[in-house]
Amino acid sequence: MSENKSPLLLELKKVGKTFAEDIVALKDMDLRIHSGDFISLLGPSGCGKSTALRIIAGLTTPTLGQVDWKVNHGSGSIGVVFQEATLMPWATVEKNVWLPFRLQNKSFQETKDEIEHSLELVGLKEFIKSYPRELSGGMKMRVSIARALVTDPKVILMDEPFAALDEITRFKLNNDLLALRETIGCTIIFVTHSVFESVFLSDRIAVMAARPGRVIQELIVDEPYPRGETFRTSASYGIICRKTSDALKLSMEN
Amino acid sequence: MVHTDIQLDSSNHETSMGSTTGVVDRNELQKKRKERAEKIGKWVMPFIVFVITIWLWDYIVSSNEIPHYILPGPGLVVDTLIQDLGILFSALKVTLQITLLALAVAVIGGVGLAILFTQSKFVEISFFPYAVILQVTPIISIAPLIFIYVDNRMVGLLLCAWIVAFFPVLSNTTLGLNSVDHNLKDLFKIYEANRWQKLLHLQLPSALPYFLGGLRIAGGLALIGAVVAEYVAGTGGIGSGLAYTILEAGYRLNIPRMFAALLLIAGTGVLIFVLLSFLSHLLLHKWHESALEKET
Ligand SMILES: Nc1ncnc2c1ncn2[C@@H]1O[C@H](COP(=O)(O)OP(=O)(O)OP(=O)(O)O)[C@@H](O)[C@H]1O
Ligand SMILES: [Mg+2]
Repeated sequence: MSENKSPLLLELKKVGKTFAEDIVALKDMDLRIHSGDFISLLGPSGCGKSTALRIIAGLTTPTLGQVDWKVNHGSGSIGVVFQEATLMPWATVEKNVWLPFRLQNKSFQETKDEIEHSLELVGLKEFIKSYPRELSGGMKMRVSIARALVTDPKVILMDEPFAALDEITRFKLNNDLLALRETIGCTIIFVTHSVFESVFLSDRIAVMAARPGRVIQELIVDEPYPRGETFRTSASYGIICRKTSDALKLSMEN
Repeated sequence: MVHTDIQLDSSNHETSMGSTTGVVDRNELQKKRKERAEKIGKWVMPFIVFVITIWLWDYIVSSNEIPHYILPGPGLVVDTLIQDLGILFSALKVTLQITLLALAVAVIGGVGLAILFTQSKFVEISFFPYAVILQVTPIISIAPLIFIYVDNRMVGLLLCAWIVAFFPVLSNTTLGLNSVDHNLKDLFKIYEANRWQKLLHLQLPSALPYFLGGLRIAGGLALIGAVVAEYVAGTGGIGSGLAYTILEAGYRLNIPRMFAALLLIAGTGVLIFVLLSFLSHLLLHKWHESALEKET
């Protein structure tokens, strides 16, 4: 149902990736991302989720097939959040968030408003002068998200961003991520191991299988946003989780 | 009822206080006491050893009536230091000048070469072995050759000190420039950073702690290089450093002056180390883990 509502942003067409020594990480992977989508890539470890994300980000090229962007894209049109916060320890929070602009040769002064706004969105306005080592794991991750947001990217790629955090922090960040998306309406491609997380967050789940890595099933989570704690405890949440879990099981037997 | 309650309370005083103040954990107290003792001991113990050594030295010299041209007592060394301060100080100035100049050139050369290495893997694999060879060959065996080919004594000394000092800077900086967080590297690639942006904003800051570690070693080595080179260079005249002062004093059996010069060299080495450590602390204490540990 999300297929037609908004324009296509990018499309993976029969993408394959073969690493040295004939490790086939991806084969014939098809995926269509529409503007405004929140899509999760869910699959067992080693099925090629990160590889798919890296290909979309342009960090590696596909061996076969192609990534079709339907819009112009250049520096700053992709935001990335890794599993680790990946901040520069020598720079303050605001200088870390400045980085994408700095690499576009924009001065701190001229982008100060965007930087502050971005940090405000993730609730870290009081910590702009702190160094990363003074922050908790969850706060570092927020900075990382603020940095990904600051250029107002067309799509944000997140590779298990909350996997290293404790459950309480993860739930909190899940809620905040959805709230954030309500405000700015960005497109998100989200890699996760967790069935619960993928169902709670996304409107579409691409379940992947390993060896070779590919999308074997796409599930639509037809639940309205905003979603909050009530959704997490609702019956429909449980049903969709069950369905997703079955799909994942199927992918592992595959 | 009330009475027993109070009794219970007072008998359980220590545990019933719970998380509020007033309760002292014996383990924590011990730990704290030990920490404090170590903190004070760090300064006091070496001082005690120092005093005992000086006293023992003095005692051995005076009780055995050792002549001062064999082993001067500590008092005589200090007297000589004060008396000869003019000569010694101008010699120190020369040695220090060579040391610092060599260190500066080592930093420029070492960092420059390290940057060149990271820009091109081919340059690195071509030249790194020679840097290693230069390092593992004892300076004392190269120095005589250098003084044959280099006419200017000052330049020769500088060259020797530089050869010894530049390698730790080079190898540490190379290591630092190459040990960039790979996710950060990816991030720079996603934002289409060019080679210079990557160097300036990512590699150089990542390498800073490594570089400073190398610099601290290089500081001591530059002094060693300067002193060794001067021993080899021999004849002095005007503008000769502390090493030459020691040599000359040795020929004249002026043992107290030898000790005094030695004292100055050791002191200079310590000073260089302390200053470079301070510099390192100054540059890193805001963000780096090593500095963080030192603080707490
Ligand atoms: N640079 C590489 N060189 C060789 N093989 C690789 C490389 N990167 C990934 N692979 C292989 O490709 C497959 C997919 O890896 P990928 O990291 O994409 O999986 P993943 O789904 O992200 O796993 P995880 O959930 O554990 O992060 C794995 O078998 C992995 O060993
Ligand atoms: Mg992965």
